[in-house]
Amino acid sequence: MALSRLASSSSRSADLLKPLCSAISLRRPISTDTTPITVETSVPFTSHQCDTPSRSVQTNAKELFTFFRDMALMRRMEIAADSLYKAKLIRGFCHLYDGQEAVAVGMEAAITKKDCIITAYRDHCTFVSRGGTLLEVFAELMGRQAGCSRGKGGSMHFYKKDSNFYGGHGIVGAQVPLGCGLAFAQKYSKDEAVTFALYGDGAANQGQLFEALNISALWDLPAILVCENNHYGMGTAEWRAAKSPAYYKRGDYAPGLKVDGMDAFAVKQACTFAKEHALKNGPIRGKSLSLVEAIKLTSSCSVCCAYMQILEMDTYRYHGHSMSDPGSTYRTRDEITGVRQERDPVERIRKLILSHDLATEKELKDIEKEIRKEVDDAIAQAKENPLPESSELFTNVYAKGLGVESFGADRKEVRAILP
Amino acid sequence: MLTPFQYLLSGIYLTRYILYSRHELLLFEALQEGLEEEMERDIRVCVMGEDVGHYGGSYKVTKGLAKKFGDLRVLDTPIAENSFTGMGIGAAMTGLRPVVEGMNMGFLLLAFNQISNNCGMLHYTSGGQFTIPIVIRGPGGVGRQLGAEHSQRLESYFQSIPGIQMVACSTPYNAKGLMKAAIRSENPVILFEHVLLYNLKERIPDEDYICNLEEAEMVRPGEHVTILTYSRMRYHVMQAAKTLVNKGYDPEVIDIRSLKPFDLYTIGNSVKKTHRVLIVEECMRTGGIGASLIAAITENFNDYLDAPIMCLSSQDVPTPYAGTLEEVTVVQPAQIVTAVEQLCQ
Repeated sequence: MALSRLASSSSRSADLLKPLCSAISLRRPISTDTTPITVETSVPFTSHQCDTPSRSVQTNAKELFTFFRDMALMRRMEIAADSLYKAKLIRGFCHLYDGQEAVAVGMEAAITKKDCIITAYRDHCTFVSRGGTLLEVFAELMGRQAGCSRGKGGSMHFYKKDSNFYGGHGIVGAQVPLGCGLAFAQKYSKDEAVTFALYGDGAANQGQLFEALNISALWDLPAILVCENNHYGMGTAEWRAAKSPAYYKRGDYAPGLKVDGMDAFAVKQACTFAKEHALKNGPIRGKSLSLVEAIKLTSSCSVCCAYMQILEMDTYRYHGHSMSDPGSTYRTRDEITGVRQERDPVERIRKLILSHDLATEKELKDIEKEIRKEVDDAIAQAKENPLPESSELFTNVYAKGLGVESFGADRKEVRAILP
Repeated sequence: MLTPFQYLLSGIYLTRYILYSRHELLLFEALQEGLEEEMERDIRVCVMGEDVGHYGGSYKVTKGLAKKFGDLRVLDTPIAENSFTGMGIGAAMTGLRPVVEGMNMGFLLLAFNQISNNCGMLHYTSGGQFTIPIVIRGPGGVGRQLGAEHSQRLESYFQSIPGIQMVACSTPYNAKGLMKAAIRSENPVILFEHVLLYNLKERIPDEDYICNLEEAEMVRPGEHVTILTYSRMRYHVMQAAKTLVNKGYDPEVIDIRSLKPFDLYTIGNSVKKTHRVLIVEECMRTGGIGASLIAAITENFNDYLDAPIMCLSSQDVPTPYAGTLEEVTVVQPAQIVTAVEQLCQ
């Protein structure tokens, strides 16, 4: 690291030291460096009924590289999916997440695998951030056996039970009550974990959302509703669909936070704050407080809040709503390129890495090349994968009961067994 | 001083008493007993619905449970069927076993999206990763002048949803057995109860038992005609059966109980014996359970039929309020007798 600094700062010794540097830089120790670096989020947080978290976020080189790598991977994956769709290898609906990667990556950095995430149909990147492999993604998109749902779900039905990723839902807004159910189960089983239920600005106008908000706040469920506001509900801009596009305020009695969703660190900070808030307020609520505890509670947040919170992620998608939508009939190309130039999440991390001298341009480009190769390999592998057998049509329609089975018209034996 | 023979007799009576000891209760109490036993047995079972907790349930099925198991296991929900059914399904995805009550089955129409898309399909679309061991139950059917919106038969709407099972209970015995089996099943089960059957009395066994979810019940074996029915119509059929027996007919009455999937084994054996089928149901004529049953029987047992299958269903009208009109909307015993006579000509 010292050597590279010397190389870049002094031009005379540059020629001598460059080959040496590049030889050393092949396996840089700094990519696992955990010395803390402080970054500022792009904009301050806006809050409703609670305190704002601080703008300064602690991070380190390792995390910066992880963020860069993960987001570049997601970006590459979505663009590859675009080409596959145009080549008619992916059919039906394909909703791409490029531009919104910071939300998935930032959220994952703030939580553990014990916490649950549930989202709508724009789920490819969230699936990857929860531990899904590229092969599972591409195989599922192409309807092959190796897909995460065995080829029977498709783009809108990605699930990963072992890392608590609950999908993957096609009907707008229907996943929010499910998410509150997950939070209820966490409270019931006394897991010290939270659920993030993601939805879009279009789904924010669904009635079931308000129903779920009411129930979650009423029962103190550790649910955090996250509105991924990309400003367009398919072709309808938010100002044309919502009387009040301040989605973070819609909770009324529930605290809300507005976050720059293109800044992975802002997302990470907000999610950490939300999770802490939810878990901290939990055990104390409902018990009779001693005076000391009561003072501590009221001083920690300005209003004594319920568990339930809303996070609004101000984000943007470069592609249209889905592959059948060009994305330019309801917004100008200038707007898209403007956001890409000023707020792109991957670029932000790239600039951070370069400004902290953690890597050179070339090294980052090499990482991207590596990622590209990884994606291409996964696609090739997925293309080789076979389509599901015809017998798969009838598997997993029902789970087998406890020896209480039906045999249809030619059943030989009647059974009713107690387990 | 008892003789050895008297000792032996008293021993036999005592054994019989212990083995076959029974207690009498009403249908809603049987449901409550089943629910309570399952909640004691498995901590993951919880109940959610409107007024199930402190109020004890609008038909008293969940009476006393909130006091016994606490507010977290017996949840009073706000009036938001769509989201509390969704919540039940979400909780079931993680392994809890919720029992969701619709205060009246008709209200569950508001949760149709959750029941159809999430409850029925998640096991399939996740490639088998999640099972949804949820039970959705509630009273339905035509009551005593409750009006059109509170007299709905939802079995016809739900029957096409792939991935769910539907059962209808009709006696305290099968109510308790089906409730327990439904809770223990890994599949989502919709349990249809009937508003007018809650006060039926019967002696049921003391020991633990469950009923097979996919099995039909032979109510009255016979030779001349197979009458397939379920829920409240079973009692209209049995009433008609008395008249028919007096007239010299021997009807075989089967309570199909399992509305999805049909117990084609029991039904098939009966058809092969009697060669004549009459279906008596409370569902509407169009697209009801009877319509599907006719199709299933015709497909599988057409060779065994001596006459076309007759189906008596409710009229395709919203249930009127006036008592006389309401009576005519559902099938009455006199119509059943006429139909059997017609069928057996």
